[in-house]
Parts: sequence; C-alpha cells; structure tokens
Amino acid sequence: MQNINLEDYKGVYVFAQQVDNELSGIAFELLGEAGRLAKPLNTEVTAVLLGSNVGNLVDQLAEYGADKVIVVDNPALETYRTEPYAQALTAVINEFKPEIMLVGATAIGRDLGPTVSARVATGLTADCTLLEIGDFPINPIPGKEQKHNQLLMTRPAFGGNTIATIACPDHRPQMATVRAGVMQKADPKPGAKAEVINFDAGLTENNKYVEILEVVKSVGETVDIMDAKILVSGGRGVGSAENFKLLEDLAEVLGGEVSCSRAVTDNGWLPADRQVGQTGKTVRPQVYFAIGISGAIQHVAGMEESDLIIAINKDEDAPIFDVADYGIVGDLNKIVPQLTEAIKAQLANK
Amino acid sequence: MKIIVCIKQVPDTKGGVQFNPDGTLNRAAMLTIMNPDDKAGLEAALRLKDQYGAEVTAITMGLPKAEDVLREAMAMGADNGILVTDRVLGGADTWATSTTIAGAIRNIKDYDIIITGRQAIDGDTAQVGPQIAEHLGVPVISYAEGIEVDGDSVIVKRAYEDRHHMVKAKMPVLITALSELNDPRYMTPGGIFDAVDAEITTWGRANLVDVNDGDLGLMGSPTKIAKASDKVRKGAGEKVALDSPEESVEYIMDKLVSKHVI
Repeated sequence: MQNINLEDYKGVYVFAQQVDNELSGIAFELLGEAGRLAKPLNTEVTAVLLGSNVGNLVDQLAEYGADKVIVVDNPALETYRTEPYAQALTAVINEFKPEIMLVGATAIGRDLGPTVSARVATGLTADCTLLEIGDFPINPIPGKEQKHNQLLMTRPAFGGNTIATIACPDHRPQMATVRAGVMQKADPKPGAKAEVINFDAGLTENNKYVEILEVVKSVGETVDIMDAKILVSGGRGVGSAENFKLLEDLAEVLGGEVSCSRAVTDNGWLPADRQVGQTGKTVRPQVYFAIGISGAIQHVAGMEESDLIIAINKDEDAPIFDVADYGIVGDLNKIVPQLTEAIKAQLANK
Repeated sequence: MKIIVCIKQVPDTKGGVQFNPDGTLNRAAMLTIMNPDDKAGLEAALRLKDQYGAEVTAITMGLPKAEDVLREAMAMGADNGILVTDRVLGGADTWATSTTIAGAIRNIKDYDIIITGRQAIDGDTAQVGPQIAEHLGVPVISYAEGIEVDGDSVIVKRAYEDRHHMVKAKMPVLITALSELNDPRYMTPGGIFDAVDAEITTWGRANLVDVNDGDLGLMGSPTKIAKASDKVRKGAGEKVALDSPEESVEYIMDKLVSKHVI
C-alpha cells in the first residue's frame, strides 16, 4: 500500500444508494449519521449520487442533511453493476479525497464497498452498528503515537457473539459499510439546498463490465419489516405456513407486520425479505413478539435492540427467554388467537 | 474448465456456541466446520464439473489444521487441495487476506471460474471475494443463487433484497455463492477413503506471486482492532409459566396496556 498524506483527506461522504431512481432508506440513515460524525470533525457532509437521470434526487439528499452532492450521471449507471459503479466511486474518492466514506451494508453496498476499498487501497469495516470519532489507540500506549479524530467502527462478529471496534489509522478514506435500520435519519429540512457538483468520472468499458440480461423483481407486495413499529415474528415452532395465519391476525389488529426466523424461510413458509437476524434484517421495533422462536444467537443479533420483547414458547429453556422482557411459557396455538381477540375487544372499548 | 473454490475453516457458531464461566466465548471448545456459504460454492463447482467437466481446486488460508477442510472438500469431489499457511500471514484483515489468496491464485495461473462463499460465519464481512476479484482484475458477481456456463461466459442469478438480475460475464470471473444456491452433497465413503491419503499442496509466503510483504498479515492490514469484547447482552426479564392460556393472555394484555402499546 502506498503512503498518502492523511491531511489531504477531508469531509464525511455517503454513498447515496438509489434503485430505479428512488433513494434507498439507507441513504437517509447514512446522512443522519454523517451529520453526527461531521460535528466533532468540524466538516461537511457530502452525498455521492451515482445513476442515470438522477438529478431530481438531489434536493431530497439536501433535505436529509447533505451539504454537498456529487452527481455522476451516466447511462452506464442506470442499473447497478459492480464495475461502472466502482469506477465512478473510485474517481470521486481520488478527486475529492474524503476522510470518511460510508456505504450501506446492502446487497449493493457489500459488493461495491469491498471492490472500491481494494481499488483505492484502504481498509473497510463491514456491517457497522456504531460509529464514533475518537482516539486510536483508545488508551495511550507509551512509545506509540495516539491519533485523534479517528473513525472508530464497531461491529458484531462471530454470529453476534462478540463485538469489535476497528480503526483505520494510516489510510484514507476510512471506509465502513453500515447495517440498515441501525442509524437514525435526521429530521428533514424542507426546502434545504445543497451545493451540487456534476462530476465526469471518466467511465471506461473494460473486461469487468458485465451484461445484465434480465431484471426480475420479486412478485407480491414487498413489505419492509425494518419500518414496522410492531413485529409479530414466528419461528419453527409455528409449525407450518398455514399456521402463520394466527400471527398475521395478531399483527393485523396491532397494525404491525409479520416477520420470522431463518428456519421459517429455509422451510419456505415465508419469503426471505421477512427474515430477521444475522443473515436477514436487523430490526428495532417498539414491540417484538417472538413466537415459537427458540432464540438462536444469529436471530437474537437481529432483534435484541427492540424496545420491548415478548416471547411465547412452549420450551421453558428456550434461549429467547434470556433476551425477552416478558416471557410466557405456553402453547402459541392457544395463546395467540385468544390474545388477538382480547386486543380486538380492548380496542373496541376505547 | 478449471474452477478454483476458496474455502475457510470456521468455528461452528450455529448451536455449538460455548461460553466460559466468566461469560466469554470459549473458542477452544467450539467445533470447526467448512464455512456454509463456501460449501455451497464448492457444491456449485462440483455440479459444473458433473455437467460440463472441470478440474476443481479447493484453496484455503489458515493454520495447518485447516488442512481438514481441504480433505473434506476432496472427499466431496474436489480434485486438488492447496493450503496457504505461513506465520507472516497471521492477523490478516480482509485486504491482507484477499491479497494473499490473489497471490496464490496467480500461482495457479490457469482458471476460468473462481468461487468464494458470500461471507464466513465468523467474520461476516462478505469482503474477501470481491477484493480477490479486484486484485486479479476479473469481474465479480456477488450473491449468486444460480450459475450456468454458456460458451466462454457464465450466466449468474444475482440476488438483491427485492429482485434478482440475470448477469452474463466472460470468463475468467469470480462468483460469490449464497448458501441458498444448493444443498451440498455428502462426502462419499470412497471419497473419504481417498481424501485421507490425498496429497495436499502446502504453500507459504514464497509461493505467492506479485505481492508485497507490506500487504500481508497483521502488519499489512489497514484496519486495526481498537478493542474487542464478548457481547454483553441485556439480561432476561420476567418469565412466567401460567396454568392456562387465558391467564397467559391476561398477563400479556396487562403488559401491553401498561406499556401503552394498546
């Protein structure tokens, strides 16, 4: 790796992911987080917007906290492909030299982030759940320089069993992919404007340009369980796809959504976009019902930040009870329908 | 056709998580397995071998005991196994790991498809596959749910959250496999028998082609661990085992009302 002058790198940059010319939720979450990080560094927040005919998205980025927006608008960026996107983001990094570059830990970001970090020869910390500005080493070590204003990136590892805080002290930009649903969006400021820089990234077709033969969108309504205030989540203990009706009914009276553990998607009872956990989504609803979910560590990693966790399981030793605020040992087939009726009655009396 | 499959030996975090009395993770007591996404990648390679004919080489970087996963791969049907192990490679982050594996693959020279798992269950980064591709200058197709060969190209079903793309790329190409790709086959008794005696190629630093010492191991890793700790989980709340469903419902209703959920 080459030596670079760290002082040349300024500003907190965010990859503003868009799909079908619509900004992804993670873009706003990253802007909110970037604003928080920019304060102690006394610097600006810049959104990097890559796509084709995406100029109309600039104002939205400004409203959610971007001081500047760098736009690379090119037909080659219409649908996500690794190479043209990596060329564009690399060109932006080389030209504008960000101190921090945040990317969403999405199916796009977890492909783009590693490719770009390798191309610009810097470190990348994956799937971060906490970002802070601080010192590295955290505590002074005699004979070793303690660097200030470093990005400290915290992430779970070992299937959520351990957490590690990572720094990238000698290379720039400090790059992180950030888990969706963890960082807070800022309140939008209607009418806010950003400085817009239209940048020619000099995209060049090469052997790494792949051909997209077909784009197939998942059929059926797509629900983002990460946006739900109440989640009624089922596991293997629910027993069958048909039996999820009990959970759907409960979710409906509460205005919530149904989610699930990996066993359920593995059995094909619910689609993968409903899955909570290490290989699924991280959720933090106000209320999380864990019904017939044993509570494997990989599942718990995706839901333990929920405000209130209520678990129903017939196995009194199920590990889900170790993280539940309220745990009920009992038969979900009897309890859930009666609970739905009781809530209905309660709401009708209001 | 020549296929290289990158595999990793990982602690089995699924169900087999062990804790010390002080609440820290007892790594020594945990079993090791072939990383599940990598195993799906290997299975995909073996199916391409069955269908089109191919020489499948499994490669791993790790401690000498990582040889076990290579023997498992060969018992499943891989033709060759290469273990990359060297003291100077220890403590590598994803940059240094991908640099190392790319250096080893340059030494293999001839390949059409490289398959890695999407991510390993110990680190969960999903970074090493795309970074190997970047170092080698070949296209990467991540998150594969299906792989076909079409002449000098591959056609891959690439998964996203709410859609998939059918992507065509000319070989050589690197593909990262999702465990949803397939159900890996079992080792065969004959395969196990042969794999016990099979020759595993062991490579060290000297066998890596076109890599700098400054990009390897702990020293060559741009990311540094500031602190690591076993996760402190929020403690258990109340747990009740009531006599009837009615009482259970009453209990939950009481909590929902007092917490202003309803």
